[in-house]
Amino acid sequence: MTKTITDVVCPFCGTLCDDIEVIVSDDGKKLIEVDNACVIGTEKFLHSQSSDRITRPRMHQEDGSWKEISYDEAVEYTAQMLAKAKKPLMFGWSSTNCEAQSVGNEIAEMSRACCDNTAATCHGTSLIAIQDVGLPSCTLGEIKNRADRIIFWGCNPAHAHPRHMSRYSIFPRGFFTGKGQMSRKLIVVDPRVTDTAKMADIHLQVEQGQDYELLDALRVAFKGEWLPDVVAGIPSEKIREAADVLKSGRFGIIFFGMGVTQSLGKNHNIDEAIAVTKDLNEYTKFSIMPMRGHYNVTGSGEVFAWQFGFPYAVDLTRGFARYNPGDTSTIDLLTRGEIDAMLTIGSDPGAHFPISAVKPIANMPSVCIDPHLTPTSGVSKLHVPVAFNGVETGGNCYRMDNVPIDCRKVVEPPEGMLTDEEFLIKVRDRLKQLKGAA
Amino acid sequence: MSEYIIKNGHVFDPVQGIKGDKKDISIKDGKIVDKVSSSAKVIDARDKTVMAGAVEIHAHIAGPKVNLGRIYRPEDKLFSCTPTHGMERMGGGASIPTTFKTGYEYAKMGYTTAMEAAMPPLFSRHVHEEIRDTPIIDEGAFPVFGNNWFVLEYLKNHEVENTAAYIAWLLRVTKGYAVKVVNPGGTEAWAWGLNCLSVNDPVPYFDITPAEIIKGLIEANEYLGLPHSMHIHPNNLGNPGCYETTLETMKLAEGFKAKNKFGREQVMHLTHTQFHSYKGTNWGDFESGAKEVTDYVNKNKNITIDTGNVTLDETTTMTADGPFEHHLCGLNHLKWANVDVELETAAGVVPYIYSPNISVCAIQWAIGLEIPLMMKDPMRCYITTDHPNAGPFTRYPRVIKWLMSEKARETQINAFKHKDKVLSQTSIGSLDREISLYELAQMTRAGPAKSLGLSAMCGGLKPGMDADVAVYNFNPDKPVANPDDIETAFSRCAAVFKSGVLVVQNGEIISTGHKRTLWVNAKVNDNPQVMRDISEKFVKFYSMTQNNYEALGHTFVPNPYAVEVDATHA
Repeated sequence: MTKTITDVVCPFCGTLCDDIEVIVSDDGKKLIEVDNACVIGTEKFLHSQSSDRITRPRMHQEDGSWKEISYDEAVEYTAQMLAKAKKPLMFGWSSTNCEAQSVGNEIAEMSRACCDNTAATCHGTSLIAIQDVGLPSCTLGEIKNRADRIIFWGCNPAHAHPRHMSRYSIFPRGFFTGKGQMSRKLIVVDPRVTDTAKMADIHLQVEQGQDYELLDALRVAFKGEWLPDVVAGIPSEKIREAADVLKSGRFGIIFFGMGVTQSLGKNHNIDEAIAVTKDLNEYTKFSIMPMRGHYNVTGSGEVFAWQFGFPYAVDLTRGFARYNPGDTSTIDLLTRGEIDAMLTIGSDPGAHFPISAVKPIANMPSVCIDPHLTPTSGVSKLHVPVAFNGVETGGNCYRMDNVPIDCRKVVEPPEGMLTDEEFLIKVRDRLKQLKGAA
Repeated sequence: MSEYIIKNGHVFDPVQGIKGDKKDISIKDGKIVDKVSSSAKVIDARDKTVMAGAVEIHAHIAGPKVNLGRIYRPEDKLFSCTPTHGMERMGGGASIPTTFKTGYEYAKMGYTTAMEAAMPPLFSRHVHEEIRDTPIIDEGAFPVFGNNWFVLEYLKNHEVENTAAYIAWLLRVTKGYAVKVVNPGGTEAWAWGLNCLSVNDPVPYFDITPAEIIKGLIEANEYLGLPHSMHIHPNNLGNPGCYETTLETMKLAEGFKAKNKFGREQVMHLTHTQFHSYKGTNWGDFESGAKEVTDYVNKNKNITIDTGNVTLDETTTMTADGPFEHHLCGLNHLKWANVDVELETAAGVVPYIYSPNISVCAIQWAIGLEIPLMMKDPMRCYITTDHPNAGPFTRYPRVIKWLMSEKARETQINAFKHKDKVLSQTSIGSLDREISLYELAQMTRAGPAKSLGLSAMCGGLKPGMDADVAVYNFNPDKPVANPDDIETAFSRCAAVFKSGVLVVQNGEIISTGHKRTLWVNAKVNDNPQVMRDISEKFVKFYSMTQNNYEALGHTFVPNPYAVEVDATHA
């Protein structure tokens, strides 16, 4: 016999689908089938069942080999490392739950660490823009029920957020959008002809790195002022056509991704995109939303903010929270060689940071808490595998529109494995002892 | 639990009618008691003022819009960071402090209970996570109902019983405390970029007026017999001439009587009244409507109000009145944040600087003080700053100074750039009333506790009540030499007890207590129609499933205190 668990939350991307059904064996130990999830989400659930999974912490040895150690030894190493370090860095947090993040913040406060999440390489620039000019936004259900104008700018949900379009943005028939896709106009801004762009009513194939110019041109077009014949590789008639489509809608939204946040202009692109949104509110109702990647990167920002006051790049070394991206942000800290110990959790900087920021990790005391084998676990001194959050343990997570959803546990983790939160609690308690003794 | 006796203090307790008499307060097992044994620890309160722990009836201290404020205003932390210190976690933020700092600051000022004034139901889990991380003080949260599709659809056909069943369900799944209404109908209109500026403007599509929403929610609230009344932020906030909308809103409560077992007498609580008491036709002839508004409230006993005092600070405005924040951004051109919440509400956030050099800000300051000074019954008028909208809650001691000292008001008026305009557009200059300590205890303790339906539990020092006690370094027998001494005394308590635990001593946090989350568990008859409507809305229109909507106890509400209401009608 098998059991079906409904309303399961998918711990993959910021879309945070919560309608997944998972079929598990009667004893709750084996995950058999995943329904409703996209191919990536399904894989995430099923990967927890793989036979080659690492279930115990391992220390990197001098000769490059790995030696299995107990969780207690791993706790001791981690606590000692944080207690001795002058400026430890605790990075990641985007693929774990808010409960673990909260315990992590206690540890960070005790060890006066720098804390950062994966916004460092994704939407950190969006946060800077939001701090400059604000953020008119909404929840995803508003898009489903009301939106008739959708822009995807520098993002490709067809591949990166596969169910976004069917659950919220393009296809669903909402309260005021009874005709589903037929009631919406889709504009895609992307230099490439992506699978998302192929679906667009208007594809603005912007010249790479000229998003700012195009956003600016849209603002000019809203006001009907003069434009050059071609802006950012797009004829002015096409820009005016897009502007008219946007102005004539009842409710619109700009979804934007790393195509704008991490290309030339960075936060200034988002400044301008928010200004476009504000301008459109003079004619109709318009919102803007970052397409957050990790399923709980948003939650990490929220927990940092209500506990320390800032959403990322938080520096606690002076005993109070400071925030100065460029100074207190992870890549800059690593490349400048200011960090003397590194704890990574729920993220893979080894695969995504520039090599100049990854090399230092290999040369300092370092811990990687991650259920997977990753480039980061490979360069770290200690790898602590943990239970899959959202599969083998629950916990609160925040969707890309900041809506919190409590994840569900669907199967038991392999015997004796700890969750992120359990491991961090042990580290915290040991660190308390060490700090008390000092 | 240990026993305490607070000796020889000047006690002010409206619940027992004690007006500064020297009296000992005994505490045992978390409660106020008649007597304690000789082994009780003694707190010497000689020459000090003793009151019950203060009760905050309206503040925005936890949840999505508060945290959006924290996220998008790093500048708010610039000179306001507090390092890890003794029991205290590190904190930061002046107008929107971090959760830990929020709890510590309230406790140090003698506050032991606070209500988060606007919880978007879809985000209830977020609100409760922040409440959990706010130490010491008991907290409840008011879910917003005034623009909720269920409410709009039921009340369009005047289905009070269904509305009540829905309210009971939502309070239970969101662990909410009261029925909050913000710009009824107007916020739903805002989803299309529109607004409802009077109680008779129809809501787009739903074809119902704010007046029908307000009356229907009062009826549903009294049908259920909830501890608190319908708590309203009316339409047309903050515009010159808005006092007329306020009067029209209050008139809707005429004829309704409170029905509940908690001793509450009002059917409507009008919040941050200062923002709703403006006369004039534009910002040039802007003037106070405090007299018209308070005259009405003085005559109608079924209404309570809170003030919403402007404190002349740089702050962060945040409200579920989405269209207002857009309008405000058009006035001051500072950064605008907005969140529309599916089927339920919206919210906006805009920083604001109440400058003493701007005549409108100075007039707002005066109106905020006129209201409590013109109110005849301090049991029906409570001090708030609508934190952080008119100013941060940490400024309460300063507001108290202005209320207790005419001299302090005069000093401030003389410091205004447009002093003459303040005096000509308001009557602040002719008000010589000074609030007494007894009246202060009514406005900050007994009054709000009664309005919230908590008068049996907090807001007083009667034996049997929770031992929430604040001891201030303020000697009522001595004349006040300098009004600033009032502010100093009320900023940091000599001692604070929360549920019998000594949490503050000499202005320092010495325990984080046993914080509780207050919520209302209203039992109603089975209502299959409402249950079916709820599941239909989740299947068709919400972006999450019904089974994931509830704020479950274990993570979000670790230490609940449910106020039970039996509204099963035979």
